Amino acid sequence: MSAMLLPVADFTAPKIEYNELAPLLVVFGAACVGVLVEAFLPRPLRHLVQLAITVVAVVVSGVLTGILMNDKKELLAAQGAISVDGPALFTWLILLALSLISVLLFAERSIDGGLSAFAGQAAAVPGSDAEREGTAARVEHTEIFPLTLFAVGGMMLFAASNDLLVLFVALEVFSLPLYLLCGLARRRRLISQEAAMKYFLLGAFSSAFLLFGIALLYGYAGTMSLGGIADALSSDTGSDTILLAGTGLLGVGLLFKVGGVPFHSWTPDVYQGAPTPVTGFMAACTKIAAFVGLMRVFYVALGGSRWDWAPMMWIIAILTMVVGSIVAITQTDVKRMLAYSSIAHAGFLLTAFVGLAQAGSGVHTGITSTQAVLFYLVSYGFPTIGAFAVVTLVRDAGGEATHLSRWAGLGKKSPLLAGIFAFFLLSFAGIPLTAGFTGKWAVFSAAWTGGAWPLVVVAVLSSLVAAFFYVRVIVLMFFSDLPADAPDVALPGWQTTSAVALGLAATVVLGLVPGPVLDLAARAGEFIR
Amino acid sequence: MNIGWLTLLLLLPFVGAIATMLVPTAKALTAKQVALGFSLVTLVLTAIVAIGYHRNGGEDYAETHTWIKAFGAHYALGLDGVGIVLVVLTALLTPIVMIASWNDAQHGRWSEKSFFAWILGLEALSIGVFSATDVFLFYVLFEATLIPMYFLIGGFGGPQRSYAAVKFLLYSLLGGLLMLASVVGLYVVSAKAGEPSYLLSDLMKLDISQNTERWLFLGFFFAFAVKAPMVPFHTWLPDAAGEATPGTSVLLVGILDKIGTFGMIRFCLGLFPNASEWATPVVLVLALISVLYGALLAIGQTDIKRLIAYTSISHFGFIVMGIFALTSQGLTGSTLYMFNHGLSTAALFLVAGYLISRRGSARIADYGGVEKVAPVLAGTFLFAGLSSLALPGLSPFISEFMVLAGTFSRHKVIAVIAVLGIVLAALYILLMYQRTMTGPVRDGIEKLKDLTGREILAIAPLVVLIIGLGIFPKPIVDIIKPAVDETMQRVGVTDKAPQIPVTEGQK
Repeated sequence: MSAMLLPVADFTAPKIEYNELAPLLVVFGAACVGVLVEAFLPRPLRHLVQLAITVVAVVVSGVLTGILMNDKKELLAAQGAISVDGPALFTWLILLALSLISVLLFAERSIDGGLSAFAGQAAAVPGSDAEREGTAARVEHTEIFPLTLFAVGGMMLFAASNDLLVLFVALEVFSLPLYLLCGLARRRRLISQEAAMKYFLLGAFSSAFLLFGIALLYGYAGTMSLGGIADALSSDTGSDTILLAGTGLLGVGLLFKVGGVPFHSWTPDVYQGAPTPVTGFMAACTKIAAFVGLMRVFYVALGGSRWDWAPMMWIIAILTMVVGSIVAITQTDVKRMLAYSSIAHAGFLLTAFVGLAQAGSGVHTGITSTQAVLFYLVSYGFPTIGAFAVVTLVRDAGGEATHLSRWAGLGKKSPLLAGIFAFFLLSFAGIPLTAGFTGKWAVFSAAWTGGAWPLVVVAVLSSLVAAFFYVRVIVLMFFSDLPADAPDVALPGWQTTSAVALGLAATVVLGLVPGPVLDLAARAGEFIR
Repeated sequence: MNIGWLTLLLLLPFVGAIATMLVPTAKALTAKQVALGFSLVTLVLTAIVAIGYHRNGGEDYAETHTWIKAFGAHYALGLDGVGIVLVVLTALLTPIVMIASWNDAQHGRWSEKSFFAWILGLEALSIGVFSATDVFLFYVLFEATLIPMYFLIGGFGGPQRSYAAVKFLLYSLLGGLLMLASVVGLYVVSAKAGEPSYLLSDLMKLDISQNTERWLFLGFFFAFAVKAPMVPFHTWLPDAAGEATPGTSVLLVGILDKIGTFGMIRFCLGLFPNASEWATPVVLVLALISVLYGALLAIGQTDIKRLIAYTSISHFGFIVMGIFALTSQGLTGSTLYMFNHGLSTAALFLVAGYLISRRGSARIADYGGVEKVAPVLAGTFLFAGLSSLALPGLSPFISEFMVLAGTFSRHKVIAVIAVLGIVLAALYILLMYQRTMTGPVRDGIEKLKDLTGREILAIAPLVVLIIGLGIFPKPIVDIIKPAVDETMQRVGVTDKAPQIPVTEGQK
């Protein structure tokens, strides 16, 4: 019988650090369970069960991440493919916290006559009888919950990937569910489907750029791992042309997800068309994952050639800030305005990114780029989801009233809601005593520490332009008269209420006592390789 | 004995603002009484602090707690001679403005109580700004003062109030954000020298390279020049003061704009002494232009409130000139000027407000012969005007004289030209008085009522102080002088000896 055994090479099972990867596994596992629930559970039970599974998974994953952070274990897991380091854990934690809030918003059913913000039957033609029947029967897609979990897991993996191939897989894992979620709006379905289509096509396009960049970098370094590329850079063996081309293409793919100019054009359309809770989720979480991924690739793998890519990033940072703030002025739709505002915020983040202030770089004892960016992502994420949650509440017969002119006089109709929204806007504008101010301060000082003070000057001037359009909305809400046909303010359920309250609380606390979160971000340290 | 006096001073108006908002909207009178009560208690506390300061100096009042360690930011409050004077001015003007504007907020966009709550909020933040000894804390409070002022202008002013409020906000934000760049730069300098810290006392020890110091100075100076406001960054003030209620204008010009000149002394001179000396020629010329241009434009105004706003631009020119003359006399004069200008402009704005509220128009051409119908009103108006043009015997005279004398000892030409400002001041005040108060009684003026008891009550303390400090300014000068000497030492300049020795005359 021995003749039948083929001579195989020694096979060693890959070593998987299950403990350290547990937060990821919990999320992905729960997503798979969610798919099974769709298949086997009767329809009436699904909403509750799915919501419970999702919330429990996110919370458990968050607790596990917290334990890992506390242990301060840093290692390259899964044969060096995933880097479980300080920044990754910190990112996981904020991603999970913000996802929890988003999931609550997804589950909200009390503001639109007992229906969620998602289409009952995505396959039904908009305006058809099938759609009406579905609505009457209260059919809904509970698949959104496992889809969200897949997206969250993908984002977590993206922020922690230490290998370009894992990076690409993670990108697709979180992008595909998002494409779907974007097209699922209950109201204005055509524009929602258009947004999904645009997002999918452009996203696929940028993925191709990314993949091509990865291929070229592999050609240069002969390895996919970030550490390996860094080694190849320091020994300077390969062709510079391939390196530069690879860096450029990779940068395009990553900056697309970040929303940097000139790769931003999908943002306003998709943010406008997607169901508002999904927009909030994308605006906060995608940006976080994409930014940490961008930093990891450029700092860890390409840190050695920073003089090659830094000038280009300077230009992109300036363009992103300037275009984001200036174009936002002309917007008449509140979701589009917030989209451009998120572009401008990406620009502010990029200043710290190109500032390259690192703890190891000499005498410097101040704030580092990684710390600043991580903190900014927190201080930006919470008000963002909060603001989009507020947007879901201002409604008229056609659903959400997102045109800015419809917000006139909102301060008279609902002073509390308008006040909260104004507070979020002040935070975006970076007015002191809000989270936005401390965040801005952190990224600006990191940028200046790294010598990028011209960027800081451009950034403060863009902040002024940005302040103008935020203030304009405040003027509109508080200083304009209430028109006769003003939209109603829906009474939110506990889900939206708690989402807004959490966003508000975080914005206040991070503005007044940002110390603990800053320290946590400092403790996260630098990326490991 | 330190029981956190300054924190108490800062919290009290805040608590008052919240308490005022908690009163039901229907009970506007109760809300106003609550607000006034809180502002009066704050005034009493401020008086206690000021007396304590006069006796024992400012060390008793210093408070320092770490706030954001990673930024090196502290919650640090403390007083020096310049700070205490402005804190007193703030605490004094707030109740006066409340009494004078008792009924001004009735036709605002929001309830009356919110007007009074915003005033208290502004008082709290202003006291914080004048006593912050940490640059980060100062910056935060400096920017935060914009919010109550924005709502005060935008909510309770004339027809163009929204425009004026946004213009005010954007100008201030432009200055503030450039200052933010400098504040961030200070952090970097401080972090490179070791532990980052924003405490003024730590920052003063830093050794900043020449170029860096100049850039950082420019960031701070620009913000303060917009705030003060100096020509050519002044255009927001006439709009804001012209549209806001008279009470808001008093707070804006009397307190908020002082943050600009206060900041020049404490931060520009204190942190960047060499750069301040370097910038002196340009700043003095700008100040001179402010003095003359503000006065000339004031003469040409047809609107009473805008006229007063332009007079303030001229006066702020004097203040900046005294600061950057870098003589102890000029600096003392400027600090005193800030206080006196607060009193005289408050009087002028409030009386003008009384007048305008009676006739319903701010156009000078709509008035004439008021002194025949309402003699007390006309009399106080004349008094306020005379104090604004620095009539000898009234307090603004002393400060204006000190500023000019202090400037003259170093920069003769500039001082001589600036004296023209006094002549122009007489012109714009007396012309306005002549056009509105004297001559035949105009249509619509015949039934003008004279001042009521409440209105006199609001003006009386200002009149008493203007006369009192005009005759006997010593107590306040004694408080200012030590702080000025310290700043002078910091900048590293000494007063020039008089060029004609005293002994010469005795030969």
